[in-house]
Amino acid sequence: MSDRKIRVLIAKPGLDGHDRGAKVIARALRDAGMEVIYTGLRQTPEMIVEAALQEDVDVVGLSILSGAHMALAPRIMELMYESELDDVAVIIGGIIPDEDVEPLKEMGISGVFGPGASTESIIAHIRGLAARA
Amino acid sequence: MKSIETLIEEMRSGSRRALARLISQVENETPDGQHALKLLYPHTGNAATVGITGAPGTGKSSLVNTMTKELRRRDKTVAVVAVDPTSPFSGGAVLGDRFRMNDLAGDKGVFIRSMATRGNLGGLARATFDVVRVLDAAGFDYVLIETVGAGQSEVDIAKAAQTTVVVEAPGLGDDIQAIKAGILEIADIIVVNKADRPGVKNTVRALRAMLDLGHRQKMVAHHGQLMLMQDGPDTEPEYDFWRVPIIQTIAVEDDGIAKVIDKIEEHGEHLRETGMDSDRERLRLETELVDRLQDALLRDLLDKTGPDELEALLQQIINREVDPASAVRQLVSAS
Repeated sequence: MSDRKIRVLIAKPGLDGHDRGAKVIARALRDAGMEVIYTGLRQTPEMIVEAALQEDVDVVGLSILSGAHMALAPRIMELMYESELDDVAVIIGGIIPDEDVEPLKEMGISGVFGPGASTESIIAHIRGLAARA
Repeated sequence: MKSIETLIEEMRSGSRRALARLISQVENETPDGQHALKLLYPHTGNAATVGITGAPGTGKSSLVNTMTKELRRRDKTVAVVAVDPTSPFSGGAVLGDRFRMNDLAGDKGVFIRSMATRGNLGGLARATFDVVRVLDAAGFDYVLIETVGAGQSEVDIAKAAQTTVVVEAPGLGDDIQAIKAGILEIADIIVVNKADRPGVKNTVRALRAMLDLGHRQKMVAHHGQLMLMQDGPDTEPEYDFWRVPIIQTIAVEDDGIAKVIDKIEEHGEHLRETGMDSDRERLRLETELVDRLQDALLRDLLDKTGPDELEALLQQIINREVDPASAVRQLVSAS
């Protein structure tokens, strides 16, 4: 169905307590007509993947500001694969150094959005993913 | 894409992924989803369905969280359907109920699904009834349905659930609020959450007074005539008379929750023993049948009429040439 709602899970793995960015994105995606499941702070990779499975989302958005993305992302991708969620796109936003972008994409992360990325660019990226699915 | 038959088979042998996908098909009202419901319907009717409703901020999600934990301690499997509103402007939604249920993660006996209302009024999404059926067919012992933050008239939950829990909190209204028609009328159980807040005694007193005004009477058949009987202190307590309990809880501290679950179980038994469960189910299904018929007839009529004819008629109404009721008669008799 073409008018199917895009469902996005917004989660914050790891231990940093800064959720303003995640909330801004949740709100922007809502205003773009998407259904956003917001799970909040301090999520383990297991919790995130389980929520993505139960909610049958199209996209998982991870917000990581702690610098732990190179530890958390591989674990999440591994669990996504084990749970047969390999058709669900994963994007990351937060403080990501440039040199980490390529390795993250090689893990299967479809989009990396650092500081200064516009909400429009994230919305466009998600719509592009959904159109392909 | 797997066939619906395969998904159902996988779901019935315990695949949560298949269950999640079936729910999406049903929620999106796709032809596959309709087909799935047709196949699953004979397997429904086994789960205990419990609705949780109440004003925004009374603590519904936190209550569902601790209720689920208590049910798990009693070895029951639990599915949760949590409904939040869709924006009337963008069509999007932020579904935040799961946020308060994080400590249920990792338990295979729990399945949580968030739903947006997608424009439906009444406190639930149109597809909520059917999503509950899928979870019922998946074999969960309990399906808890959390409505959107309800005002006074979001009473659809009573059509979707066997037992309705209305959640109140101190400081939300006085005794006049309590005697107004609305969600308190559909309560089988009233929970006063946040019972550590000031004003809890007044809230409980107002609610108790409201219940005493309304429920101490009972229609009885006496010598072939219906009579109103007072269920006061002088009469024998009637067995088939459910007294709506008021339970104080502090959901975030897991205080009073076991009592809520006790009462839900008791209410389930009460419905079975009095035969009220089948009466209620009949009423629920009758309402659903009529609602769906209305939808289908409306869609059918609009398909036949076409936008141009509708627009022309609307223009006549705007010009004060035809009144709305006559316009409707005209449309219906023409089709």
